[in-house]
This record gives sequence, structure tokens and C-alpha cells, in this order.
Amino acid sequence: MGKKIAVKVDDLTVAYNYKPVLWDIDLEIPEGVLMAIVGPNGAGKSTLIKSILGILKPIAGSVSIYGKPYEKQRKLVAYVPQKGSVDWDFPTTALDVVMMGTYGSLGWIKRPRQKEKKAALEALEKVGMLSFKNRQINQLSGGQQQRIFLARALVQNASIYFMDEPFQGVDATTEIAIINILKELRKAGKTLIVVHHDLQTVPEYFDWVTFLNVKKIATGPVKDIFNDDNLTKTYGINYKVSVQE
Amino acid sequence: MNSAQIEIQLIASVVAIACAIPGTFLVLRKMAMISDAISHSILPGIVIGFFITHDLNSPLLILLAALTGIITVILVEYIQKTGLVKEDTAIGLVFPALFSIGVILIAKNANDVHLDVDAVLLGELAFAPFDRLLIGETDLGPKSLWIIGTILLITVTLLIAFFKELKVSTFDKGLAASLGFSPAIIHYGLMSVASVTTVGAFDAVGAILVVALMIAPAATAYLLTTDLKKMLLLAIGFGVFGAISGYWFAHWLDASISGSITTMLGLLFLVVYLFAPNKGLISVMYREKQQRIEVSLLTFLLHLKNHDEIEERHVNHLNEHINWRKVRSKVVLDLALKNNMIHIDTNIVSLTEKGNKFTSQAIDYIITNEDAQIEHMKDDFFLFRG
Repeated sequence: MGKKIAVKVDDLTVAYNYKPVLWDIDLEIPEGVLMAIVGPNGAGKSTLIKSILGILKPIAGSVSIYGKPYEKQRKLVAYVPQKGSVDWDFPTTALDVVMMGTYGSLGWIKRPRQKEKKAALEALEKVGMLSFKNRQINQLSGGQQQRIFLARALVQNASIYFMDEPFQGVDATTEIAIINILKELRKAGKTLIVVHHDLQTVPEYFDWVTFLNVKKIATGPVKDIFNDDNLTKTYGINYKVSVQE
Repeated sequence: MNSAQIEIQLIASVVAIACAIPGTFLVLRKMAMISDAISHSILPGIVIGFFITHDLNSPLLILLAALTGIITVILVEYIQKTGLVKEDTAIGLVFPALFSIGVILIAKNANDVHLDVDAVLLGELAFAPFDRLLIGETDLGPKSLWIIGTILLITVTLLIAFFKELKVSTFDKGLAASLGFSPAIIHYGLMSVASVTTVGAFDAVGAILVVALMIAPAATAYLLTTDLKKMLLLAIGFGVFGAISGYWFAHWLDASISGSITTMLGLLFLVVYLFAPNKGLISVMYREKQQRIEVSLLTFLLHLKNHDEIEERHVNHLNEHINWRKVRSKVVLDLALKNNMIHIDTNIVSLTEKGNKFTSQAIDYIITNEDAQIEHMKDDFFLFRG
């Protein structure tokens, strides 16, 4: 297809206490795909994202974003962690959390100003949460919290988005709202990498998929590789999913 | 008030402010116990520094003690990372070990060291004004005020410069790391400030009060606000309040100043814990009671909606059918009447139009549980308030 490679992972091995959770991963993610990472619990899906983003140190291998190491390409990348990874009782508001997305472009010490606030308000508007801007974050429902996280990533105005289970614990309306925003981003030429649990929705939501279970099983277009063979290889049992045409 | 009294209150207040700032972040990071560990394990640093300099206010001593504080944090993290014990156990292993080294060092050299364990644990603010900073003949005030004042200045400068970094790494470590704000640097920066502050405050107020001044004002502020900046300001305010009211409490009782300050901070927390508007015990209990009544009301309305039969809707039979005691039935019946949800016609209860609509919406809410769609209900109906 001659497309540019947005993210390239070479021979990546990551271990917790000397036990490998990711084993020799090679992965090329083309620009402009909306990609699901699927695999059973403990397959290393979150670990893969965190290693690409430099949050975890791999014991071997390397990662590049558009041909350069992550440290040099931070501003091209936005990250949506798992909702459960933060303390929602933290004393702050929805707007303030979204503003945190602007901190990366500000760098150390410099403070957010009107420009950053305006960007944050626009992002809140996009996810339909503008009227909640002054709401304490623990007063939001799970779906609303996830939208706030998405808005925070939008405000980073990145080229590549990494999302760790954005559909976990959200209601159906929010799920549709989120997937519509993701599809819009892809249309705008962005690359999206999403850790995903619900296999039924993979063909409907995504155009690219990576099967992962400590090792990489397969990666490619959903229409070519999302089949029972790869599912069985990944999940270990005879896995069948009815793919709707 | 004489000048010594003013100086003591000033020192206590500055210590309180210097402690409240790192304390707020320790509380939010759920690391309150780390301050306890630091405050004890800096003892060997202080003792060794004292052996070298023979001056309790020497910068070298502060540096050495702060270093022991950082070593404590590193040791706790190291033990915790082995996965063999949890964090609280790791803390419990590290600081008594380091503290006891300090105790042994003091005991072995008791004869020529003007340092004893009591003073270390409790401090003695009353003596602070006696140790003056003299340049030539000029008296510049108590030494400890200069030390803790300098530490406070550094802390405030760091806080203002790195407020956004502290906030984001405290709230979301993963995001901070991905944005390039190394959580490790911020973590150890905060730990260094906490250690240096502890050492600076230690001489004046002792190891136990340092912990109280770091944690109690921040924990009290946490109950009252949902804004980090306000939480910091409140914590500072509570710290100063504890310092000054504690001083006068001690004056009145003729007792230990540090003990009295700690007592005041404890009392302040108790009062806020009971009476805080949203998170306070009384407000929570009141809300729970309201919710119980409101759920009963909804149960009652649902019963009426589901049953057309007259015998199911007779006032006197309601307690049998819903299995409630008389008092509760009466409260619910009155509440429904007052809100025009029902009308009673010759002892037969029926839903009004308003009651009917409310019940349908409530069922909708319970089934779909889609918060965004019932947002307006929170205003319309008391059931979903709060």
C-alpha cells in the first residue's frame, strides 16, 4: 500500500520480576489505521502500550514513532490510560483534567493560559461534556469519566492515539459516542491503537487488528485476519465468533 | 505577649506552613505513613551529623538527615518491589531499624552529646527562642526560625514552579510519564522536600508533631474541598490555626507546646470529620436516611403503579402488603401526599398524574442507568439529588 509506518516495534521483550509478559514482539502499525489489540487477560496488551510510551522499560528491543525514538516524538502521541488507573476522588474538576492534556506541549514549569483553556473547552464540547466542566470528577458516571479522558487526549492534538480499554464500564450511548469520535479521528488521518476486550465488536469498530498473547500471533487488516483460526491461536481454546457481514 | 511568645508562635506557624505543603501531596498520594517513616529514620543522620559538626543547626546535619530520609524511601520501595511484603510492612521494617541505629548511637555517646531521645521525639518549642542567630553583635532572631523559614521559601518556590507537574503526576502517573514529566524525578523531589522539611521542623517540634503537622491539616482540608489549590490553602490555614491555638492551649495548661498543637489538630479534624458539609459523618448519615426514605417512597409508588386492585391500595393494608412497620408507612404516605404524587379517596390510594410520570421516569432510570439522560431529573426530583 506504500503507507508510512507510524509505530514500529522491534524485538520487544518486557518482564516483570524476570517473568516475560511480552516476548520478542515485532510490530508495524501503518499510519491511519484504527487498530484493536486483542488477547486474553495477562496477554500483555496494556504492557505493550506502556512500553511503546516509555512508561515501562523493556529488557530488550526498541520502539520508534515515525522512525524516531519515542522521547523525541512525544508531541505526536496521546495516551488514554485505563480509567481504573487513577484516583477519581482527587480534588479536581473535569475541565482541569482535560487541561492536563496540554501540559505536554507546555513543557516543564510553564503554566496553562487562556489558549490552553480554550482548547480544553473545545475538547469537552466534542465529547458532549461541556456542561460538566466544573463538576468534581468523582461526581461523574463511569461513561462520563471515560469521555473526560478522551477529551484530554483530543486536546493533545496528536497524530497517534493509544487507548487502554476506553469502552470498559461505559454505557451503550457513551460507547457509540466514543467510537464515532475515533472513526472521525481516523478520517482525519490519525492513527489509533486501542486495547479492546469485546471481540464481537471488532469487525464493526476497527479496520486493523493485532492478536497478542505474550507473543504476537498476527497483525493486519480485520477483513483478512480476524478469523477463528487466529482467535483460537490467541485464546487457546476453540474460539468461534460470528462475524456479521 | 512578650517577644519570646511571639517568636514561638511564629516558628510554630512557619513550621506548620512548611509541613502542610508536602503533606497535602503525601495525603493525595496515599503516602501518609512515609512521613512517619522519614521523621523517625532521619535520627541516625542527625546524630552522625551532630558528631561531625557539634551543632544541631548545621547545614551539613540537615543535609545528612535529609539523605537518610531519601534512603528510607528508597529502601521501602526496594523491599516492596521484591513482592514479598506489602508497602506498610516495608515501612514498618525500615524505619525502626534506622531509628534504632540513631538511638544506639545517642546512648553510646550520651556523655558528650546534648541530644536525648525525648527531645527528638517531642521537641521543645519553648527553648527555640534561646538559640539565637548572631552576626557580630547583631541579634537576628531565633536560629530555628531562619532555618525553617529558608526551607519554607524553597518549598514555596518549588511548589509554584512545579505545581502542574506535581498535580499531573499525583493524579495520573501514566499520563505524566507519557508527557515527559518523569514521575520518578517528581516523586524523589517531593520526598526530598518532605525530608528536608522534616529535619528543619524536627528540632523545634520533634518527630511526632512533624507527622501530625504534615498529615492532619491536609487530611482535614481533604474533607472540605474539591480543588487542589484550595486544599493547599486550607491545609496551610489549619496548620497555622493548630500552631497558634495549640500554643495558647499549652500556655493555659502549662503543658508541652508540641503536644498541645497535636491535640488541637486532632480536635480540628474531629470537628470537620463530624460537620463537613458533604463528606462529614453527620451529613453522610443524614443523606443515607434521606435516601432510605426516598427508596421507600419509590417502592411504594411502584406498588401503586403495578396494582389496580382496590384491596392492594387500601391505606390500612399497605403495611401488610409492603411489609413495613406503621411509622415508616406513615412517613412515606405523608411524603407522597406532600409532593402531590398520590391522592387518597375513601382510604384508597391512587397515583396522581405527577406521581405516575415520576414513577415511569424513575423505572426508566433504574433500568437504563444512563446518567446523562436523567441529568434533569436530579433537579426535578429529590430522589436523585447528591
